[in-house]
Amino acid sequence: MELLRFATAGSVDDGKSTLIGRLLYDTKQIFQDQLEAIERTSLQMGNEYTNLALLTDGLRAEREQGITIDVAYRYFATPKRKFIIADTPGHIQYTRNMVTGASTADLALVLVDARNGVVEQSRRHAFLAALLRIPHLVVCVNKLDLVGYGQEAFEKVKAEFREFAMKLDIADLTFIPVSALHGDNIVDRSPNTPWYEGASLLHHLEEVHIASDRNLVDARFPVQYVIRPQSDEHHDYRGYAGTIVGGVFKPGDEVMVLPSGFTSTIASVDTFEGPVDEAFPPMAVTIRLTDDIDLSRGDMICRPGNQPTVSQDVQAMVCWLTEASKLTSRAKLAIKHTTKVARVMVTDLQYRLDINTLHRDESAEALVLNEIGRVSLRCTQPLFFDEYRRNRATGSFVLIDETTNATVAAGMIIGAGA
Amino acid sequence: MTTTYELSDLDQIEAESIHIFREVAAEFERPCLLFSGGKDSIVMLRLAEKSYSPASLPFPVMHVDTGHNFPEVLEFRDRRIAEVGARLVVASVQQSIDEGRVTEETGPRASRNRLQTTTLLDAVGEHRFDALFGGARRDEEKARAKERVYSFRDEFGQWDPKKQRPELWNLYNGRIRRGEHIRVFPISNWTELDIWEYIRREGIEIPSIYLAHERPVFERDGMWLADSDHVTRMDGEEVVTRRVRYRTVGDMSCTGAVESTAATLDEVIAEIGATRITERGATRADDRVSEAAMEDRKKEGYF
Repeated sequence: MELLRFATAGSVDDGKSTLIGRLLYDTKQIFQDQLEAIERTSLQMGNEYTNLALLTDGLRAEREQGITIDVAYRYFATPKRKFIIADTPGHIQYTRNMVTGASTADLALVLVDARNGVVEQSRRHAFLAALLRIPHLVVCVNKLDLVGYGQEAFEKVKAEFREFAMKLDIADLTFIPVSALHGDNIVDRSPNTPWYEGASLLHHLEEVHIASDRNLVDARFPVQYVIRPQSDEHHDYRGYAGTIVGGVFKPGDEVMVLPSGFTSTIASVDTFEGPVDEAFPPMAVTIRLTDDIDLSRGDMICRPGNQPTVSQDVQAMVCWLTEASKLTSRAKLAIKHTTKVARVMVTDLQYRLDINTLHRDESAEALVLNEIGRVSLRCTQPLFFDEYRRNRATGSFVLIDETTNATVAAGMIIGAGA
Repeated sequence: MTTTYELSDLDQIEAESIHIFREVAAEFERPCLLFSGGKDSIVMLRLAEKSYSPASLPFPVMHVDTGHNFPEVLEFRDRRIAEVGARLVVASVQQSIDEGRVTEETGPRASRNRLQTTTLLDAVGEHRFDALFGGARRDEEKARAKERVYSFRDEFGQWDPKKQRPELWNLYNGRIRRGEHIRVFPISNWTELDIWEYIRREGIEIPSIYLAHERPVFERDGMWLADSDHVTRMDGEEVVTRRVRYRTVGDMSCTGAVESTAATLDEVIAEIGATRITERGATRADDRVSEAAMEDRKKEGYF
């Protein structure tokens, strides 16, 4: 069975939690005790109907305030696919959480209230989905019941959204008219929208083609951990453990290791079950080489004819994730990129991007919580990277404040250069 | 291996878990794997074996022993850990009670569940563990659905849900100061069904209490509790023999059994596919205390 990870985003009142509750409920993932618990709480809170949103609000403060504070992960399966939902809150102050949920998603689901049309937050969600390179974007035009299931409202949202999305790099954009509250077009096509010819949301989630989203061209293997058993039986074993993040690796392949630039040949690709004929993303394997060369965590195995960029100077878009400090030029931070940890200095904040208008403010002197901008970074060691748009694993990094140890920024590499 | 380069869902979550195990071994000085003998920790132990193969585990395995265990589970624990060749550390709740670190609850509803937190945190301090692998899954419970894979704990072992570190891609931030530690949950993205399907696929042995067996039990709060020396029955609680199995393995005092005829793994999986009640809702008195029972315990430093 295939696994699809998707992130959901919506404004506070777009009905996102209700939509997820509906998906879980209609695919029978909600258990009797969970349903009874939310029925009790709904009654207590004076709701007229069972509030499916309560299923996804896990923390005490969330239930009390009726808001979602943090990314929550949900799971459901149909006979066709298994799904992991990263449910992210849509409030303006929580861009951080959306970026987090979107970072591992194959698909983003954005909700728009049919009555309000495309609002600032819809644009922000679409922009973030594009920035994080989520390959597929689904726009659910929700609360269609409140506009009499009219096609006009749906088409209006579609046109507005398309206009904005044209400025973004979105590969696959789909619109679905729904009512999360009543379940229209969630699992089955709704009789209330005879004018809609597309698939229901669930059907789309089951069928959208994701297998080709991975990069199977550029062979990339960041060395994560060196396995050297301290036992007589495996005395001479030296294996490089890690996760394949691009391309295909086979025994006999000529490879190059970075940063040394030495070449060698793959002796075997090992797993607990024994050697395998080939390995591809996202397999976790152990590679052995025919030559005894010095290789450790943070190094990279690639092909002599297809290497990542090697540079200490990196251009990137970053999203600032903390209210405790801000990003300014000259700031020094720790960076974690693939399996490598180093230090960077922000040599230049080129601009801050207004994610509603896409305007670039070149006079900006800092990025604060939830702000996104383009920066130049100088690293203490060379990084081995690809553009984020080409490989999400070798093109992404996080920045860590060395004083507080907090994760303060998420970064997406654009290229090399100061 | 196929030529379409596709991994099944189980292979994908397995690869994600192995990545996490290796990351911790590479970045922490003194990790430790928590092991209860339950199905989740059995899967965790197998994933750990796979992560460092052919080397042995680069860290010890710790059991927080409440003294109220199912004997079948203890026997299984010792055998399985010997097979893997790992070092076992036992942190004893009884010892915490004897040393006056905690006070045992009294009465028929007494449980050592909450006492485990002190025993656990004392052991973390004593052994100076900086990372503790736990087998918690996000599908288990609402508070856990919001917890990170790397869950930061301060010097009191506390979890602060509002101050979690953002966790992006598979880039985990394990930086801590002395005295702090990280709880690491490599199987965060597994569901109960995934666990069972993996156990079947891998042919991993499980403690016998997971399969249907005859047991003297009594009914409390809609659950079947095992009749044992560790629980005092209340008036009207009569012992009857039922054919039951366990969905989770915890203390004998707070883990309920479900009536079942599923005597093989295949039958258990079929039954879980059809069940309408969550595993914790069905069988864990410790989670029924309130809507936020788990959240509250986690904030104190619980698993």
